Amino acid sequence: MSLMEKYPKEVKQILAKYPPEFKRSAVMPLLYLAQRGEGYVTKSAMTEIARALDITETEVASIIGFYTLYHDKKEGRYRMQVCADLPCALRGADKFLAELCGNLGIRVGETTPDGTVTLESVACLAACDKAPMFQIQSPDGIEYHENMTIDRTMELVEALKRSGQEGR
Amino acid sequence: MAHILLRHRDIPNLNVFEVYKKNGGFEAFKNAVKTMKPEDVINAVKNSGLRGRGGAGFPTGMKWSFMDNKSWPHYVVANADESEPGTFKDREIMEQNPFQFLEGVALGSYAVGAHAAYIYLRGEFWQVAAFLDERIAEMEKAGLLGDKLFGTEYSLRIHTHLGAGAYICGEETALLESIEGKRGQPRVRPPFPPAVGLFGKPTVINNVETFANVPMILANGADWYKSIGTADSAGVKIFSLSGRVKKPGNYELPFGKTFRDLIYGEGGGILEDRPIKAIMPAGASSSFIVADDKALDTVLDYASVRTLGADLGSASVIVIDDTVSVEWVVNKTLHFFKHESCGKCTPCREGTYWMLNVIKRIEHNRQAEDVSMLYDVAKQMQGKCLCALGEFATMAVTTGIERFPADFGR
Ligand SMILES: Cc1cc2nc3c(=O)[nH]c(=O)nc-3n(C[C@H](O)[C@H](O)[C@H](O)COP(=O)(O)O)c2cc1C
Ligand code: SF4
Ligand code: FES
Repeated sequence: MSLMEKYPKEVKQILAKYPPEFKRSAVMPLLYLAQRGEGYVTKSAMTEIARALDITETEVASIIGFYTLYHDKKEGRYRMQVCADLPCALRGADKFLAELCGNLGIRVGETTPDGTVTLESVACLAACDKAPMFQIQSPDGIEYHENMTIDRTMELVEALKRSGQEGR
Repeated sequence: MAHILLRHRDIPNLNVFEVYKKNGGFEAFKNAVKTMKPEDVINAVKNSGLRGRGGAGFPTGMKWSFMDNKSWPHYVVANADESEPGTFKDREIMEQNPFQFLEGVALGSYAVGAHAAYIYLRGEFWQVAAFLDERIAEMEKAGLLGDKLFGTEYSLRIHTHLGAGAYICGEETALLESIEGKRGQPRVRPPFPPAVGLFGKPTVINNVETFANVPMILANGADWYKSIGTADSAGVKIFSLSGRVKKPGNYELPFGKTFRDLIYGEGGGILEDRPIKAIMPAGASSSFIVADDKALDTVLDYASVRTLGADLGSASVIVIDDTVSVEWVVNKTLHFFKHESCGKCTPCREGTYWMLNVIKRIEHNRQAEDVSMLYDVAKQMQGKCLCALGEFATMAVTTGIERFPADFGR
């Protein structure tokens, strides 16, 4: 089903935000809409967005490539994006990330064998006083988890695995 | 002193519409639209001495007066990209005191005759954007945003626009490109946004914290605001304090306190009471300050921090103690800038790539030639990049090697 069929209300709201002669502005919010459900932008969604906004598919692809929160292929359902930037690292983020790798049995950039969690290391998320912290990007949006411990993180991973299985 | 920006710390539930309203909320905007000319609002902000809180400290009222009145429509953009490592103040404002920020955006829009304003949030602030959308809807419902406000001809709509993970989109012209649905790469200037900005039209861009000041200035008067702070820097500033301190967090202080007040007073001192070593006052883009007594007793305002060979920037104060090597800090910042360089201009694209390569070599096997090469690459980049990111990437490198030579084996 096309985006416009699936989310008619949202698409209309998005387009209304920008002057009609600059509807290209809607490309970023439409890409977020396209990522709902699957967690990445499919080829057909790319084509549809390009047509709707009178831009080329190459232009849409180059936007996806430029911004780190857009994805063009399927990975773990939940992207656990741990901040290991300077202020967090001064408060133990590197150690937290290393221990997390050990507990999950994967390296940064890899996905757990069941396809639930992809572990990533990211730049500052504007929560530097609450390290260690990470965000979880899922098909439903982004959620912050702050002042975390390994134990609480592993509990969360278990919960995600359960909800992932139910969702299937 | 009661808070001026972080007022939610004094008034519980200030992010609830009724509570904000009961505490004098929206009066400044209503009063301005009904009784003041736009120029009067600009003059009040000018006379208050308010300077932009996004990094450069440019006088806000003056920026507003630069808008080209021969070209219409006008736009207002709030910069809520907040991606400088160490900065986390705008998020607290938007989550806890959102209406004061939105009222500031509305006042700014009225002042420059804009009928549409955009709030550009970093993509990670997905929940914050949804929260703001609800607050905006509440204001529309109460007749504070929309058509013909308060029985006048003035109309205003505020929209949120989410970025998608790119530090460079905090740079104001890259931000405009991003709202226009393009890759976030800086524009060549001039023209500057007050002449040619969003959709090719005159545009004012200010930081979230800058806007949050405006309702208080209009409500209490420019003289009141100017009486707070120092002659160089009027008013209050939110300092995001992070790193090796006991109590990291946001602290709102009038300009004129010292680094010692901030780090040892508010921040409770250094973890495990260890000796302080260095301060980065403006996040990862900072120069290093050697944290000796002279520095700790330096007054926090734009001009005074400059006497230490650094900029106050967005006041994201990262504290480094004696357990940390400056070489390691530089390594962290270079990973960041290599990743965030947008690639549009060669000195920055190539320079960040080389600096990261060299610091990685130094990490594994420190050679004097490599330290010299790192320093030279940084020096060669300075003054040659299209936007300030390229310059930012060199600051920790050059000042780190100059001011902490022992950490590089010199
Ligand atoms: C690489 C780079 C990143 C920036 N990031 C931000 C940011 O996240 N937030 C912000 O308000 N200003 C940021 N700025 C500064 C903006 O370009 C602009 O000067 C500012 O939004 C103006 O608002 P002000 O006058 O209220 O400070 C950044 C600048 C550069 C060069
Ligand atoms: S200095 Fe860096 S970030 Fe700025 S335009 Fe050049 S390549 Fe892009
Ligand atoms: S450094 Fe981790 S949130 Fe800022």
